[in-house]
Amino acid sequence: MIAAVVALGAVAAVSGALLGYAAVRFRVESDPIVDQIESLLPQTQCGQCGFAGCRPYAEAIARGEADINRCPPGGEHTIRALADLLGRDPKPLDPERGAEKPPSVAVIDERLCIGCTKCIQACPVDAIVGAAKQMHTIIAAECTGCELCIPPCPVDCIHMEPVPVDLDNWRWPYPEARTENLA
Amino acid sequence: MSVPAVHPFHGGLVLEGHKRISTRHPVVPARLPERLVVPLQQHIGAPAEPVVQVGERVLKGQPIARPRGYVSAAVHAPSSGTVAAIEARPVPHPSGLAAPCIVIETDGEERWRWREDQRPDWRTLGPEALRERVREAGIVGMGGAGFPTHVKLNPGAGRAIHTLVINGAECEPYITCDDMLMREHAPAVVAGAQVMQRILGARRILIGIESDKPEAREALSEAVRAAGADDIRVVSVPARYPSGGERQLIHLLTGLEVPSEGLPADIGVVCQNAATAAAVLRAVTELEPLISRIVTVTGAGVAEPRNLEVLVGTPFADVIDQAGGYTDEAVRLIVGGPMMGFAVAHDEVPVTKTVNCLLVAGRGEVEPARDPLPCIRCGACVEACPARLLPQQLYWYARAKDFDRVQDYRLFDCIECGCCAAVCPSRIPLVDYYRYAKSEIWALEREREKAARARRRHEARLARLERERAEREARQRARRERATDAAARKAAVAEALARAGARRSGSAEARRHEGSEGG
Amino acid sequence: MSEYLLILVSTVLVNNFVLVKFLGLCPFMGVSRKVETATGMGLATTFVLTLSSVCSYLVSEYLLEPLGLEYLRTIAFILVIAVVVQLTEVIVHKTSPLLYNVLGIFLPLITTNCAVLGVALLNAQTEHGLVESALYGFGAAVGFSLVLALFAAVRERLAAADVPVPFQGAAIALVTAGLMSLAFMGFAGMVRG
Repeated sequence: MIAAVVALGAVAAVSGALLGYAAVRFRVESDPIVDQIESLLPQTQCGQCGFAGCRPYAEAIARGEADINRCPPGGEHTIRALADLLGRDPKPLDPERGAEKPPSVAVIDERLCIGCTKCIQACPVDAIVGAAKQMHTIIAAECTGCELCIPPCPVDCIHMEPVPVDLDNWRWPYPEARTENLA
Repeated sequence: MSVPAVHPFHGGLVLEGHKRISTRHPVVPARLPERLVVPLQQHIGAPAEPVVQVGERVLKGQPIARPRGYVSAAVHAPSSGTVAAIEARPVPHPSGLAAPCIVIETDGEERWRWREDQRPDWRTLGPEALRERVREAGIVGMGGAGFPTHVKLNPGAGRAIHTLVINGAECEPYITCDDMLMREHAPAVVAGAQVMQRILGARRILIGIESDKPEAREALSEAVRAAGADDIRVVSVPARYPSGGERQLIHLLTGLEVPSEGLPADIGVVCQNAATAAAVLRAVTELEPLISRIVTVTGAGVAEPRNLEVLVGTPFADVIDQAGGYTDEAVRLIVGGPMMGFAVAHDEVPVTKTVNCLLVAGRGEVEPARDPLPCIRCGACVEACPARLLPQQLYWYARAKDFDRVQDYRLFDCIECGCCAAVCPSRIPLVDYYRYAKSEIWALEREREKAARARRRHEARLARLERERAEREARQRARRERATDAAARKAAVAEALARAGARRSGSAEARRHEGSEGG
Repeated sequence: MSEYLLILVSTVLVNNFVLVKFLGLCPFMGVSRKVETATGMGLATTFVLTLSSVCSYLVSEYLLEPLGLEYLRTIAFILVIAVVVQLTEVIVHKTSPLLYNVLGIFLPLITTNCAVLGVALLNAQTEHGLVESALYGFGAAVGFSLVLALFAAVRERLAAADVPVPFQGAAIALVTAGLMSLAFMGFAGMVRG
């Protein structure tokens, strides 16, 4: 009886010491998984996922607090990429978070702009050029389409325009899968 | 002369040629159209930038757009006239979209800009000078891809070129423009090849021609003999589609395999189309830019199928009109051949440097569109693929939108020849899936780049806000310190005054209290 | 020498732990979505199995048997296995955080992988020596990894294929596993015992 307790106790003690050493020797400081998740997100910083930007959403996914289907600008392919990365099942976009829209950029109507700088303060990527009492304009190439500039504008002079399709960004359509699933 | 060995490539198909219907007549120049619509992008690379303005008069061969960057090509006026507009016009592209074009109203005079009076012997010019002339002439690969030739003829310092392959195979059914060029202008093709050989420093030239073109082969062999060149060989390859594919032709003629994600230059070979060679000769001897090409107009949908020398910018309608116009059978207008060509919705698009054939398909020549059946995994596509890929796996993964796996199976080595789709017993449009997957992958790459830029900008903005906040706090702290300093100084001054006041008279007590409280 | 070869062939193919003995089915089904994660899991399990079968042998031979405590085998082996798995987890977390995140709960679940305990107990039962125990554990893990990788490859193709709706997901995976098991029964009789 005593022998049993002592024997198991000894094994446990040795194991404990070993694990204690391993915990110190192999300590992990930060979690690079967050960086990997973030690199898959579209960086729109729009907040449609319910978090304050793409990095907070990535951190939430890494912590297991958020599901992977909350990003409308990312669309189906982002959900699929996240699913592949994390070994989970891809699922459809959460409709409460918004819907997939074609890429658009914001455009300021210069006749109405009053130079208040509210939209400049709102843009998460500093894509609006302008200063107090000067004309504001949006750098179309840097605009991510997050729409955060539209609510603050006091004269409602910003609207979204879809990015035109030209030979550079035209995509072949998915071949019409006319074969029925044999279900 | 011994017959060099031919090394067959894997797969491929033997197809009905349909060549003889368009080789009955010699090539004649097409009529000058009223209006020339010249696209700014007729090549792979950045579109050219216009150097003329609306209303300006231009001469034939005058540069109207300059290349943007290195991988780009110049565009020249195909005839003299006035620039009517620089705007988006429909161009020959599977999307049917419009692209920027320079529209020239021709004046009918065909007045050239200056041309070289004395024809310099190109042999006196060095490779750099020759290449510069090729670049200035706006020459691009005329076999269909349109890669800027001056870039292809500059493989780079690390790559020594030993063989120049001239592609006279023309393996796709119906197309005969290169055949007619080689029959009628064989010496130009040979001389052009020699120019390119000089630019590349290649040891030998191999001209590959399919066995169904005996007249062209004879003409070229005669031209080689007349040129007295013993480092040029005319080699007959079996008429098997796609023997005219660059990698397939190189394998046929040399037995060498171009590495999977590499270029022929990596193994010391450069392949150029026969028409490109002829254009290169004109560019270095007569400084003539690429402004016209031979176009095959064929199919059951035209009355007189033939080849025409057409100016770039000529609307399809004009060209087809000169081939006798449409017949009652015409149902579809295809740019290119039946395997790799694409359909266009109307004929108001212009001929470009890379349009080699207008195939007006008749009712009997087009397969009725039927729904595809499920893939039965028979593997016929694998046997037919000349690039030794697994089209079946590419299909399944492209269909499932698994873009990682589809690249694992080397999607980007696919030359979109269509052999797999042609043999598929389930009639699955395989090439459409590959094109879809490729364009999605490119779009995702573009999105990723944009997202990385956006993240950098976002982080820069956060850093800027942080910096401004820190500066504001530092300023406030400094102000507070100055204020306490001032208060301390004021108190000290008041005390000193009070002490002086007290020494002077005792009744200053009242004043001191007032002073110190007020201070 | 030939007995060692025999042990290897037996554990990898003939008496494959997953498809013939039906042990370790939990990670087999749970980590076989992609070939990369399956390979990672296979490597982790190989490390755990080899190390734990050696440690179990040592504990059994030099601690339990001299003291007559054979009845504590199960508890002692579980203790050893848990320690080895914890060690593996810490190492994987450090060297490949992505694999750590992807394996998720299945990494600590190697502790309860019946194949691991099974190997340890079978070693003790058949009274293998040190080298034989190590080989047995290693062979079992190689067999497990092999089958896991094969199964993951098939599941990837199934994910892209036209599976009828009632069969999609776990159902077709189990049917496939059953067919693979049938295939592995072709090895039966190759090795005696």
